[in-house]
Amino acid sequence: MTDLENKIIERAENLLESGEAARVVGWKKGEFYFDPSPAEFDSKEQLRDFVYNGFCGANLSKYLIQVSKKPGKTAVFLKPCDTFSLNQLVKEHRVNRDNIIAIGIECNGKLDIEKIKEKGVSAVTEASETGKEVTVSSLYGKSVMNKEDILLIKCLTCKSKKLVGVDETIVLGEMEEAPSDRFEEVEKLEKMTEAERFAFWKSQLSKCIRCNACRNVCPACSCVKCVFDNPQSGVAAKANDDEFEEQLFHIIRAFHVSGRCTDCGECSRVCPQRIPLHLLNRKFIKDINTCYGEYQAGEAADGKTPLTDYTVGDVEPNDVFNAGVRK
Amino acid sequence: MIKVDRTKADGMYAAISEKMPLFIPVKSAGEVNYAPWEKGADVSLDTLKTVKSAKDFFFPQSETMMRFKAEGKKIEIIDDRKEVAPFVIFGVRGCDYRSFDILDKVFLQEPVDTYYKERRDAAVIVTMACAKPEESCFCSVFGIDSADPKGDVTCYADDKYLYFKSNTDKGAKLMEIIGAFGTEGGEKEVEAQKKNTREIMEKLPFTHLDLSVFKPENLNKLFASEEWASLSEACLGCGTCTFVCPTCQCFDIRDFKTNDGVIRFRCWDSCMYSDFTQMAAANSRTTQLQRYRQRFMHKLVYYPSQYGGTYSCVGCGRCVNKCPQRLNIVKVIKRLGDKEND
Amino acid sequence: MINEHLIPSIGVITDIRRDTPDVKTFRVLGLDGKKPFEHKPGQCAMLSVPGVGEAMFSITSSPTNEEFMEFSIKKCGCLTEVLHSLEVGQQVTVRGPYGKNFPVEGEFKGKDLLFIAGGIGLAPLRSVINYVRHYRKNYGKVVIVYGARSMDDLVDINEIKTEWMNEPDFNVYLTIDRPQEGWDGHVGFVPAYVKELGLDPTMTAVLCGPPIMIKFTLQGLLELGFDKSRVYTTLELRMKCGIGKCGRCNVGDKFVCKDGPVFRMDELDELPDEY
Repeated sequence: MTDLENKIIERAENLLESGEAARVVGWKKGEFYFDPSPAEFDSKEQLRDFVYNGFCGANLSKYLIQVSKKPGKTAVFLKPCDTFSLNQLVKEHRVNRDNIIAIGIECNGKLDIEKIKEKGVSAVTEASETGKEVTVSSLYGKSVMNKEDILLIKCLTCKSKKLVGVDETIVLGEMEEAPSDRFEEVEKLEKMTEAERFAFWKSQLSKCIRCNACRNVCPACSCVKCVFDNPQSGVAAKANDDEFEEQLFHIIRAFHVSGRCTDCGECSRVCPQRIPLHLLNRKFIKDINTCYGEYQAGEAADGKTPLTDYTVGDVEPNDVFNAGVRK
Repeated sequence: MIKVDRTKADGMYAAISEKMPLFIPVKSAGEVNYAPWEKGADVSLDTLKTVKSAKDFFFPQSETMMRFKAEGKKIEIIDDRKEVAPFVIFGVRGCDYRSFDILDKVFLQEPVDTYYKERRDAAVIVTMACAKPEESCFCSVFGIDSADPKGDVTCYADDKYLYFKSNTDKGAKLMEIIGAFGTEGGEKEVEAQKKNTREIMEKLPFTHLDLSVFKPENLNKLFASEEWASLSEACLGCGTCTFVCPTCQCFDIRDFKTNDGVIRFRCWDSCMYSDFTQMAAANSRTTQLQRYRQRFMHKLVYYPSQYGGTYSCVGCGRCVNKCPQRLNIVKVIKRLGDKEND
Repeated sequence: MINEHLIPSIGVITDIRRDTPDVKTFRVLGLDGKKPFEHKPGQCAMLSVPGVGEAMFSITSSPTNEEFMEFSIKKCGCLTEVLHSLEVGQQVTVRGPYGKNFPVEGEFKGKDLLFIAGGIGLAPLRSVINYVRHYRKNYGKVVIVYGARSMDDLVDINEIKTEWMNEPDFNVYLTIDRPQEGWDGHVGFVPAYVKELGLDPTMTAVLCGPPIMIKFTLQGLLELGFDKSRVYTTLELRMKCGIGKCGRCNVGDKFVCKDGPVFRMDELDELPDEY
């Protein structure tokens, strides 16, 4: 157990024991080292299964929509990018912030077990991180891997190590900034010709099995009833006319969360076909920055947002049209 | 047994696909799924688990069932299905091959689902023996021998060769094509591989999962278990587990209006979705706990009760790998097994 | 054409009768002018308006009716709303019959029968009541307790008054929830009425109506000394295929479309409480 994990569990224990929190939301040990699940802990006994390791990639903020309605306070552990999601949910009045004790915790990027498996290492029993290296132990021995090679996609381009809007923090060391600039990937797509870009998205989105994992995990997708689940909407089709029709679902979703998406990257993490869905959202973020000035959703739980407020300096719709469609 | 040098595999695929459509695991946009073989396809025969299972061939994600045309008060029903031509599915692992039996029990019991049956009858199945099962595999729990699956033809592979053995008449016909690309032999290598695979299987972490509590007489006890609440708490209610599962067979039937009449189609549905049991005025499963419980009770208790004790799980481990929040059937089996075994 | 159970046949609506403000009874015939198919009392059929959807309805007419098939349908969702807007002559699609019927040739034979219905719950019972009338000598005395919100909500009141009430050894008790001008009959909920009537617990009972009515009526019957093994009801869950394949209408290991919709109360006790 790392010092960080120790500290976190200690804090969870005393929040529960002191009665400050009725429950703690964190990650629970799975069958392996690499498969913890989000979970609620109500007692010290239950905390025996609490883990915080390199595989705790799941963002816990969306669970707070439901959990914050329960009686008593809920303490939650949030990684830097997760704190943006909570802030955004509070801003949208989805989570009652008064019922939450938000504890920001250290994160240096989370690992992707699939990437480790692709390197030929299976039956992983532990992964200990030292700087840019990860020592992965498995039933078949140890191997040292370059951390950058096995990070979750979302962590390769982490937007920030800031812990925003939290009540307290548990950070033991210096958090390293992300390995690469998150807009570089978008620029790559922008530089493609229209035909190339279409081919890229077609090959990616054709893999979609419409499991709705991206939508259901997304903290910005907090509608009580999604338009795509509403038989009265006329767009609730569960089947496609052709293999590329899923683009509609994903593009509409990207539009709907634009200006609200904090770029937490959960959509790409959960996709069973590993479609880089975050790139759609990130394109919107980049364009919003260009058109309306730098803006990071979830950085604050209040204040104005670029797409819902008018300012004199706002870009003219015609300029957007020219920049996009006519290019 | 026919032994084919792997360098000749593409030629063999080409020869098969000249006779009939050949579907095989192909890597596209980074993921391996079944796709029609075509020249230059990035065939990935050694991939243990395609993202989507092989059930799609018989029970596709969506299909047109019939069309309707209306004129005034009259309706015409049009069933313009074409005869399904024979096709080959190449590379079906033992787990997915067993899933066909499980689907058969549902779709081929009276009244027979002819949409399913037509495709089932037209398929020539080449199974693929596993040489390197991984930690999420637990097919042996369900009595599946991944080292030696059946099907019309069995294919065994090592780094250098593919070995083929025919098991049926359909298989023998396919072997006529395959035979041209190889030579007799390979029995010794294959036997060694089987032994090795079985040894690995024996050591895998889930191989000795205890299913003894999951029997029809425990239905109500398991249904009432307090464990469902914590087992399901992180469930997102997405359909990932359902859609990657080779045995999930629930479907929806819907109508789609077009400019040229109405299409009635059938598509996969998921008991994890909130509208699965929604009626005009009531819903029998309103919470995610109920929906989560339904999925696993169906696989481990209801289905066995309906179909002579067979579990509706083949231990392929796709849900273990793909659940976004890492919930899966193994956790259910272990927890209920621990808590509800007297 | 291939014999595919999921492909329906054409049904023609030859008569529409308004029973209550939100219930209409539709008479359906095949294209050949005959009944679309034979059925047994309590069985159901899938009706659809292409482009709107398909749903399961209980067949209201008795199998002994050799001329036509009828469905009493309450307006409560998309499809039923469209059905209510249809005119005579309109074609729909129909397939069936589905499900297990009431044991009219088995356990019901020679027995005194008690039918208890609430609102549209009379629909599936009409089929069996009229069957019993047809084969009157095969059954003992018949008691019917039927209640609705108001006198306007009593389905098929004409048939009840002109035919059932005049049938020998038929006792029909009607009740409405609240007093109403022009109503001189009993006022009160069905469960309470059943208890007031002090019915003979050796009768074989059939309950059909909203879940809440069934729950409290069953309690009342048990207090009167009825045995669950002689009390029947019908369940309704969402269905798509009607043949036990689409996987959504199950209660535990039973499919309502195939193993139901008729269940005996002691059988239901064996199943999880999820309906």
